[in-house]
Amino acid sequence: MKSGLLICASLSLGVAVGCTPSNVGTAPSPANMSTSPPTPDPRLNLRAGWFDAGEAIWNLRLVSQTKPSANFMNPTTPGDPRLWNSDIAMTGPYVFQGNWSGYQVWDISNPAKPTLRSEYICPGSQSDPTVYRNLLFVSSEATNARVDCGMQGISDTVSKERARGIRIFDIADIGHPKLLTTVQTCRGSHTNTLVTDPNDSANVYIYVSGRATIRSPSEMAGCSSALPEQDPNSAHFRIEVIQVPLAHPEQAKIVSSPRIFENLTAPAKHAEIAADSLAAAAARKKAAAESLAAGRPVPAPPPPQPPGGPTQCHDITAYPAIGLAGGACAGYGLLLDIKNPANPVRIAAAADSNMSFWHSATFNNNGTKILFSDEWGGGTQPRCRSTDKPEWGADAIFTLENNVMTFRSYYKLPVAQKSVENCVAHNGTLIPIPGRDIMTQAWYQGGLSVFDWTDPAHPKEIAYFDRGPMDSTKMITGGYWSTYWYNGYIVGSEIDRGIDIFELRPSAFISQNEIDAAKLVHFDYLNAQDQPKIVWPPSFIVARAYVDQLARGNAVSRERLTAITNELNRAEKLSGTARHDALMQLTSQLESDARASNDPARVGLLVDELKEIASH
Amino acid sequence: MRFLLAVAVACVSACSSATQQSPAARVQADAGVQAFTPADATFMQGMIHHHAQAVIMAGWAPTHGAGESVKTLAGRIDVGQRDEIAFMLRWLRERHLPAPDPLDHQMPMQGMSGMSMPDTLMPGMLTPQQMEQLDAARGVEFDRLFLTGMIQHHQGALTMVDKLFSSQGAGQEEYVFRFASDVSTDQTTEIDRMRLMLGALSPKPDRP
Repeated sequence: MKSGLLICASLSLGVAVGCTPSNVGTAPSPANMSTSPPTPDPRLNLRAGWFDAGEAIWNLRLVSQTKPSANFMNPTTPGDPRLWNSDIAMTGPYVFQGNWSGYQVWDISNPAKPTLRSEYICPGSQSDPTVYRNLLFVSSEATNARVDCGMQGISDTVSKERARGIRIFDIADIGHPKLLTTVQTCRGSHTNTLVTDPNDSANVYIYVSGRATIRSPSEMAGCSSALPEQDPNSAHFRIEVIQVPLAHPEQAKIVSSPRIFENLTAPAKHAEIAADSLAAAAARKKAAAESLAAGRPVPAPPPPQPPGGPTQCHDITAYPAIGLAGGACAGYGLLLDIKNPANPVRIAAAADSNMSFWHSATFNNNGTKILFSDEWGGGTQPRCRSTDKPEWGADAIFTLENNVMTFRSYYKLPVAQKSVENCVAHNGTLIPIPGRDIMTQAWYQGGLSVFDWTDPAHPKEIAYFDRGPMDSTKMITGGYWSTYWYNGYIVGSEIDRGIDIFELRPSAFISQNEIDAAKLVHFDYLNAQDQPKIVWPPSFIVARAYVDQLARGNAVSRERLTAITNELNRAEKLSGTARHDALMQLTSQLESDARASNDPARVGLLVDELKEIASH
Repeated sequence: MRFLLAVAVACVSACSSATQQSPAARVQADAGVQAFTPADATFMQGMIHHHAQAVIMAGWAPTHGAGESVKTLAGRIDVGQRDEIAFMLRWLRERHLPAPDPLDHQMPMQGMSGMSMPDTLMPGMLTPQQMEQLDAARGVEFDRLFLTGMIQHHQGALTMVDKLFSSQGAGQEEYVFRFASDVSTDQTTEIDRMRLMLGALSPKPDRP
């Protein structure tokens, strides 16, 4: 009760806070132009509850919240793991939401009122979904997953009824998905990644990351849990690549099992290794000197160790437009060349002493940065408490130049969560604001955090939404699995609470023009792990977004900004040659502005945009 | 009535087999407690002891002159395995099963080295002698014993996971499957990390 009062009181400070679900859908209040986040942080001490938890929101608007369907929610057992929602994939107006018992398909044509289009019952643990045209690919990992999608499980340790791998559905009739086949793999599929080949329109590829127990060879021929030096066919130390012939998806099969971890030696680690090496070297020297002085033999070198490195990936994000993929693979972040999708090749690796478990990857749109999340504790543990270090269970941000990854900073949800809230870095996507690297990311019960990592050394939160814990007395796993930008909205998949949809609100950090520019970007479909290249159509809106950024960064004088804005407004009203000439004249003025600017590159982006508009 | 309706809706819209019921009805039927096997429960009980020893070992790092990287790793093992012990205790208690006291097994290793009980230790657990040795070590020697000991310890956890999944009917319960998979993944990753750390640590003969 006390916390409820506290949260609602902060409304008077001009902070947009949804105290109760009844606030959903109210008219937006004027933009909050403060550059400081509200203090005290309203995310602290939120009231617990399943559908009546306290809420804190900043620079976002909750457009709708939709409970799971009756088949996927049991009102008397909150948080039952058999009904957890997982990741989402989108195509057209539809959201495919994975669930431990199958998946639900939501129609979000009206984001204020999503409707259930269909649902499919088929247990298999997290059911990570991926869409491509008329096909849906769903990960199945658990030992209780059945080929017939039954819910009774499988008690035999060896069974032909078991379905661990990729289930392929025909979704041409979205109301009646049809299971075409299950491509079985030795470890099952925890996640999967769609990879398209620009040179091959007849096939798509699915990279399978499996982390669970390796099956018996009696269940699936060839599955071996021996180490590679004992058995070259070991299911350890590899991923699986499935080729899907689009004309005959039912014939999908594994075409390669690349050993992308081979010969992976300790890559450079940052932070503590240099000091450690020095200390170890000093200790070695001292021990050797003492041994010599005492007439003892110098200590022998250590015995050779078996091959190390990760035995599997957790998730892989492909960015086919630049021919690269980021592999989040146990203790490493890998950079893969995927120009030949059937045979990905490792070209770089990073390790980091603060990263426990490399979980997922996101490139910035230019391909000059890569962000890896660390799912320390696997997602069901409370890793955002005030006692948990900010560099643990966080994102690690790297710059990427000539295929070399250089660590720049960590980003972690900048507010403490309770010990009854599972919280750690999880899935997100870029928000297509031109000229900046902005991302929305899920933090389970830590809510969603929108942050700016344009400056890779200083990532900064610029918007958020959070609910109180599911329960105030005990941990009930919940929160956002993923929050993805899709055609103007942020769609959040909530483990226990269903689907939430948000809109950005203009603030000191994001202008209306920038939001409008982001809304110009349209995806026909979206799989977060098949990262699309964002391309903005030539538009005055994009140009104004750049002008707003120049203003925010004091990159051009106030007088010039006014003049540029006026000139843009004038040019927009013109047409044909007159518009072309006005824009070209403005670009030449801007080129001289660039010389006096502290951010000439951004002035250059504006110049390029104006030239694009002029040439259309 | 509501659930009868739900079942009907499920089968009209998307039913893979004619007998399929609603997942929600299934959860309702067992009041949210999914069936499990004795092997599942034994795994949880044994792993509490196993984790508890790792917490003790990790707790020594700050006071035993561990290097920075071992301190970092130990800090994370300490937090991680404490949380997992809490999870296992709760899983057992909610099913009215005996939940071992995680502190119990400290006894043989605190000044009672004569009471070695290797038969009762879970796979990979350090013997009381190994624990005494580790507790007595300082600096680089502590690092070396900690890493070799924790590798042995983690490998035992992997053995326990393998045993679980090779038991008839085990690992079907969702919490158990997920937790055992997490243990396997996390500890495999840490074993690899510790091997590299050990390689960087081990004294090599310096030529005078």
